[in-house]
This record gives sequence, structure tokens and C-alpha cells, in this order.
Amino acid sequence: MGRTLAEALIASHTAEPVEPGSICRVRVDFAFANDITGAPAIAEFTRMGAEQVFDPSRCAIVPDHFTPNKDIASARQVQAARTFARNQGMLFWEVGRAGVEHAFLPEKGLILPGEVILGADSHTCTGGALGAFATGVGSTDLAAAWALGETWFRVPQTIRVEVEGTASPWVTGKDLVLSLIGSIGVEGARYAALEFGGEAIAALPMDDRFTVANMAVEAGAKAGLFVPDGRTLAYAGRRAARPFEPVFPDSDAAYSRTIRMDASTLEPVVALPHLPSNVKPASECGHLELDQVFIGSCTNGRLRDLELAAAILKGRTVHERVRLVVIPATAEVFAEALKRGYIETFLEAGAAISTPSCGPCLGGHYGILAPGERCLSTSNRNFVGRMGHTGSEVVLSSPLVAAASAVKGRVADPREFLARDEVPGGGESE
Amino acid sequence: MSDRFSGKAWVYGDNVDTDVIIPARYLSTSDPAELAPHCMEDMDADFMKRMTPGDILVAGNNFGCGSSREHAPLAIKGAGVSCVIAVSFARIFFRNALNIGLPILECPEAPQGIKAGDRVEVDLAEGRIRNLDTGEEFSAKPFPPFLRDLVARGGLVPTVRARLEERRRKPS
Repeated sequence: MGRTLAEALIASHTAEPVEPGSICRVRVDFAFANDITGAPAIAEFTRMGAEQVFDPSRCAIVPDHFTPNKDIASARQVQAARTFARNQGMLFWEVGRAGVEHAFLPEKGLILPGEVILGADSHTCTGGALGAFATGVGSTDLAAAWALGETWFRVPQTIRVEVEGTASPWVTGKDLVLSLIGSIGVEGARYAALEFGGEAIAALPMDDRFTVANMAVEAGAKAGLFVPDGRTLAYAGRRAARPFEPVFPDSDAAYSRTIRMDASTLEPVVALPHLPSNVKPASECGHLELDQVFIGSCTNGRLRDLELAAAILKGRTVHERVRLVVIPATAEVFAEALKRGYIETFLEAGAAISTPSCGPCLGGHYGILAPGERCLSTSNRNFVGRMGHTGSEVVLSSPLVAAASAVKGRVADPREFLARDEVPGGGESE
Repeated sequence: MSDRFSGKAWVYGDNVDTDVIIPARYLSTSDPAELAPHCMEDMDADFMKRMTPGDILVAGNNFGCGSSREHAPLAIKGAGVSCVIAVSFARIFFRNALNIGLPILECPEAPQGIKAGDRVEVDLAEGRIRNLDTGEEFSAKPFPPFLRDLVARGGLVPTVRARLEERRRKPS
């Protein structure tokens, strides 16, 4: 029997036999933390008696969660991370040149096809869009990878997600992945790898693929993998910080299960409180009034996301009751959005723009919710208290649904705002 | 860490996420003593007021889903919880708990046979769970040998320390 992409990626990084369920010691190509998970990783690294990270050019800390530093405690965490990174000679970027880690690191060519990537953040699975086995771990596991250049994995079963048909232009990667999670549930892929394929996947722009891979963990998955194709190799080739060798699944790979989806039946959706699997068509949720809309995060803060939001907001204004917060995920996205006029569009519509940060997504800063408030967010989690008070609510959606809803002041269907040919095509904005 | 302990059960449902175990607003520290007072705060505001050290958490499927924050098992351990028993754990929480030395047991039957406030006895080495109020006994799923060794060595930190020492003795 042949290997799935997950098995092939692990096999290329271990000397041990690779079968679903077996535990392997695996070489790690790149290992990173953020400002929250960095501090405990540094402490554990020291407790391990480690002195040097295995390769400073393959180890990084990205300050993005509580940055620009929101208070003194956060400033101290970043300070500790900066000092450690400097002493080790490893990668670290200051505010203004960085961004939300899962958007920023692929942009810098530090997550590449064929690699094994470990990040002390659950959304590390975003890197699966590039055909890397990228997975989230805690700080102690990350510290071990910094010290040893390796980790251990239980080889996951692979669930193949085959998406055929052509999606309508209002259906984005976010609608696709929310629909999937709505159908399999928040533990539908627990401990498993998701491997995406089919004609609708081939047609997805890179930015949408990052969105889909990002949310694999919301179904419990260890990884959300895309088989490298022309788009992947063009994106990675242009940005690669080091040589890479893509890895592919065998044609006779054994999947634990195959899920088939028809993209032509999908529509713009939202996930209602308090689980990402609580998915409903946006068109059926117009009764939900909103206090805030957030467009940004590692899920949907990329250029394509801002392009879609701007298409709706151009010449329109945000509803008077609503606060629209837009946070480009990286400095590069911000600069390009500025050049293309999206930022001007957002400002004219009445949005607040913040510098790249995870911001309100995890209830950090830049838009925390009061009791009784409801926010529509393009991020990935709508758990109780996620963006503020436990009495607040988070509804998840694509940037198109978010922008339409910001204008209407309640959950809205983007089809009310843009005709088929008015939705910007999935051009290679990457 | 002793292998046998008993305590009062706190019972929760499926998908207890890391945001309710320890909300992000407290993540400016990773000190278990500072995290512990906020353990489970957004799900059960009474938990820390009424729990006593040694108590046991019992939950349904997918315990610890969501973020990779090690602060979640650290808060639970810091609060003095002796053990978490769940039908299943989210994978990052599972690794984190073993790495930091928070005892966890996977047991599909126990959550049905234990109600809030029951006194529960756990034998970690044997994977045996006993409801002292009803006399009912349950077996936890055994860990693979690799993980049993990891736990026996005291978690990931001593394991890595030993690997590093080995490498220093015979550099590759």
C-alpha cells in the first residue's frame, strides 16, 4: 500500500517505520513560538540543560499575540523572547516588520513544501497549505525541538477530503472549511491528518488554501495538507528562504476515510456561538444584529481577504451601530493593501485599521467585547469568552460575509451586495 | 508524584476548550501559581472557590480542544487537580499534559458512571478508576510503551536532558 501525504512527509524525516499509529522520532526543519508560548518554551529549554538551539536559522519567535505590547506583563514576555532570540542568534522580528505568525512565516519563505514544521501555536497547521507537515504543539515540545532538532509523532490516520465541482464566486475557502467542520464536527478529525484534493481545491487561490489549512485544527486534526501543485510551487519558489524538495502522496495511498463534497452546492455560511461546527447559511441569519465586525487574523487577514472585503465596502459605509476593525495580517499585506487602495476604502467606509497583530481574535486587545455584545469575525474560534466577556458572542464567517454584515449591521449574505461578475476573481495576488 | 490518589469529582461535558480552562486575558504569565486562581473561570466561576486540592476533573469527548497553550494543563495542575479523566483528549492538550506531568486518563465509560461530587479513587499505574460512592470500577485505555516511558521518566524535560547528555558523551 502506498503512502498518504502525511505518511510520506513523516517518512522523509525519520529512519523509523511509518504506519498509522506507530510512534516515530522525526527531524524538524523549522520550529517557532510566539510571544505567549515563547516565554514558557525558553524556561523549559533552560530546564532541559540545553545551551544552543539546533540551528538558529531554523528557530524563530514571532511577537504577534499581545503586540504591540498591550501592557507591562506582555512587554516583559516579549523582552524575554527578544533577549533569548538575540543570545541564540535565532530569527526574531520587531513590530512593524512582523505579522501574525501563520501569515508571516510562509510569506518569508520559512515554511516550505516537503518540510516538517513545529510551532507552539495550534494554528501552525496553516503551513499544510504549502504541503508541509506543520502542526501545533505546546511550549515544552517546542523547547525540545529547539534543543534536539527533532520531535516525536504518532503517525496519524489520513482522511482524504475530495472537493469536486465549481464553487460560486461568493464561496471562499472559509465557507468550504466551515461547511466541512459543520458536517464532521469539532472532533471529526481528531488525531488525524486531513488531505485535501479535487478540482475545487485545485482552483483555490493560495490565500484561500491557507484559510482552509488553518482551520483543520478546529476539526481536531493534527494537520491539514494540500498536495503541492503549480500554485504551491510558484508561491514557495518565489519566497523560499532555503532549498526545498516537495513530497507527494502515492496514488495507491490508504485513507482511513474519504469525505466527498460538491463545491457547487456550497453557499456563504457562518458559524454561530459557541463552536466552529455550529454552521448555518448566512442567508438564514439576518436576524442577528451586530456590534462589531473583525476582519483579520491568521485565518483571513491576507491580501485576498482584504481584496474581497474592499470589493463590498467600496463606496459603502459601515452601519452606524457597528465598529468595523480591520487588521492586515502582516506588514507586507498592509503595504500592498495600501498601494491597491483597500485601506483608503476601509477608512472611507468608517473602519478602524490596526497594525498587524492577532488583536481581538483571542481576546487580546484592539476590540474586546462587553457583556451582551456580538461580533462577526473572520477568525477561527467562537468559544465562550474568546473575544472578551463570557456574556459576549462570536460568529465566524468569510471576509465577504463580514464586510456585507458590517454594512447591514446584521448578518448578511454577500450575494445581496455583489453580482457574480463583481466578485474579484481568485487572481494570483500572492 | 504518587501513583494512587482519591478526590471529589468535578464533571463537565464534551469539548471543554482551552479558552475556558484558562482565558487568554491571563496569558501574560506562565507561572502556575498565577494561572491557578483563574482555572475553569469562564466555564464554572465557582470551581476555584469550592474545589479542594486532590480533586479530579471528569469530562466527555475532546477535552482541551482549541489552543496549544500549555498554560491550560499548568493551570489545572497549579490548582491542585490530581488527575483529569475524559472520554478523549484533544491532541495538543494530551501531549502538553504528559510533558508537564499532569496525570490524564482516557476512559470512555468513567464519565457515565461518575457524577459531580462523587469520591473517586485512581490507580495511575494500573489505569484503574473506582467510584468510591457506587463501588463501580473502570479501566483506562493503556498508553503505548513510548508514552509510558515518557511519563515514568517524569515528562519531557528529563527525557530531553538525558538525550542531550548522551549526545555530549558521543557527539554524532
